Amino acid sequence: MAEIDEYQTQREAIEVDRSKGDFKYEENYAFDAGVGLSPSVVDYISKVKGEEPWILEFRQKALKTFESLPMPTHWATTDLENIHFDKIRYYLSKGQKPVRTWEEVPDDVKATFERLGIPESERKFLAGVEAQFDSEAVYSRMKEELEKQGVLFCGPTDGLRDHPEIFRRWFGKVIPVGDNKFAALNSAVFSGGSFIYIPKGVKVAQPLQAYFRINAENFGQFERTLIIADEGAEVTYMEGCTAPKFETATLHSAVVELVALKGAKIQYITVQNWSANVFNLVTKRGVAEEGAEVRWIDCNIGSRLTMKYPGVVLRGKGARGEVLSIALANDGQHQDTGAKMIHAADDTTSNIIAKSISVGTGRSTYRGLVHIPKTLKNCRNNTECDALLINEHSRTDTYPAISVRGQKNSVQHEASVSKVSAEQIFYMMQRGLSEGEAMSLAVNGFVNDLVKEFPMEYSVELKRLIELQMEGSVG
Amino acid sequence: MSDSFIIKNLNASIGDREILKDFSLTIPKGEVHAIMGPNGTGKSTLAKVLAGHPDYAVQSGEALLDGQELLGLEPDVIARAGLFLAFQYPSEIPGVTIANFIRAAIVARQAKGAPFDAKAYYAELYAKMDALKMDRTFTARFVNEGFSGGEKKRCEILQLMMLKPKYAVLDETDSGLDIDALRIVSEGVNRMRGPETGLLVITHYQRLLEYIVPDRVHIMWDGRIVHSGGKELALELEAKGYDWVKTELASA
Repeated sequence: MAEIDEYQTQREAIEVDRSKGDFKYEENYAFDAGVGLSPSVVDYISKVKGEEPWILEFRQKALKTFESLPMPTHWATTDLENIHFDKIRYYLSKGQKPVRTWEEVPDDVKATFERLGIPESERKFLAGVEAQFDSEAVYSRMKEELEKQGVLFCGPTDGLRDHPEIFRRWFGKVIPVGDNKFAALNSAVFSGGSFIYIPKGVKVAQPLQAYFRINAENFGQFERTLIIADEGAEVTYMEGCTAPKFETATLHSAVVELVALKGAKIQYITVQNWSANVFNLVTKRGVAEEGAEVRWIDCNIGSRLTMKYPGVVLRGKGARGEVLSIALANDGQHQDTGAKMIHAADDTTSNIIAKSISVGTGRSTYRGLVHIPKTLKNCRNNTECDALLINEHSRTDTYPAISVRGQKNSVQHEASVSKVSAEQIFYMMQRGLSEGEAMSLAVNGFVNDLVKEFPMEYSVELKRLIELQMEGSVG
Repeated sequence: MSDSFIIKNLNASIGDREILKDFSLTIPKGEVHAIMGPNGTGKSTLAKVLAGHPDYAVQSGEALLDGQELLGLEPDVIARAGLFLAFQYPSEIPGVTIANFIRAAIVARQAKGAPFDAKAYYAELYAKMDALKMDRTFTARFVNEGFSGGEKKRCEILQLMMLKPKYAVLDETDSGLDIDALRIVSEGVNRMRGPETGLLVITHYQRLLEYIVPDRVHIMWDGRIVHSGGKELALELEAKGYDWVKTELASA
């Protein structure tokens, strides 16, 4: 385990240059928790961050919970057994605090984010940006007028230290430590992520964005995000994720908690493009109070295995929850995604639209949970899941669990499986499109109605990602 | 000849069924040729083989498009070389609008990274839709999804007009059309006639050839052309029926 050194930077040459996300820079970390997981690793992380004793206690308790919970291999996949917790590095940081101008970001890290187009997007259409490199944010900046309105946008360390009155109340409450094994793991070793507070009535017009970048091999990224929209507030948050292609497995296990108080609206957009060695095991849940709305837009491209089921607890009368999700499972990948809607008040509505694409030997799984107890009335759920299969060996499964009781509630469920036929591809190729172009046009057509819901900049990005995936998949 | 579409001694099969048997035909640029024949003689197979459909195997022969051999090329390469096929049963492409589809086809013909003139594109698209009496809202509909038979065929001809191929094969474009749609579609095809384009019209009935008047008519039977003539041959065939082909021509 490395000592806690002074801040240091070194310029390093670019090591690999293959495609947009698949490059890495030399690793030179001032802080390194070493390999493997133990109470002393948790101590180290907490000490580096200078945390208060209650947080360390929270972490150590979570570690015990993590160790006591079994792997969910019985219902998900035995591939989880290939995660070797004793070979993962749990904390890596270059030691710098997040800076507020890109000029101050160390050159190699800055070059990473420039290649990913983050500073450019910020100039064009974002209200605030946070860029995380392995365990810590290296850059964080928000427009001044938002700061004046009292909007908070920081990491968990700063959030819990500087604004405990706001964040501590909800931290670990939407997703308790023992929710699942990976939520417990995150709670033990979390680092980085976004803590956001939007004060009463403040409507943030432009999105806030975070970008998560894994750079080191055998590394685990465990960011923690908590977004609180106070009464009548509105915010859109977007996250993007990439990692280079390593030979060995990398773990990304985040916990994201959203709190929409009375009449508030939170829209959370994810466009992930993990490389095929990443285990992406993320817990995401929001609570919506009276008249509030929580909307997850979740695009899962890449990774070796993704398990992610964004949920909304509809706790107040008239609350609305929505999950729009797109998953693309390419050769050898498994996208196990879905949604959870827990109705806990009258007049609540929820909507789930999930589209999955399986390419080559890719496998996509939809798991849904809709719960409306019989004590409630006027609750409605709509669930649609559509799967598109590209090749003979592609696979899709749907496991909807819908429990709706009571006479005055309604639920609607539709599912479809379609295939891109050889005739469709021939038809498109006869018009001059290459096989890859034809495939990606068919896939983009399949997700078209969902993508229309996205902010423009993200729909363009998603379309491009799909094209890249499909072009690599033929032949 | 570098200004003709020459098909010579083409033999092709699907599975172990031989369909095209020493098929030969030459279409000089600027001419409209029609192939007529009863069902099952290989007319649609000819269209698909020329377009490079992967289900068919070519045993021997040539298909030279202005001197370029098409046989063995990928369907998209054949298309970009200048051969267009108007499908008898066009596929649906859910979620992809007609405007985006034709645009993608045009971009596929441009040099990589070349700018696309969207304004000029829409001006041309709208003008050609007007000619085919297609409503402007059509551009936003998904390719062939929920289209009537007539709408599908109009959409094929719209693509033909937008992509301006050197040669086009129209496979049973008249099937499923009422008389008004037939007239409109034929007008569209007739606009494509000119010294730069060669057309091959495949049809079962003489009716279409009243609107698209061919320079030459060929009668196909059992995988090859058994008789050729001028436009009057279509009328003769209509009058005598396909039995005449069977008894008189096929045995010759």
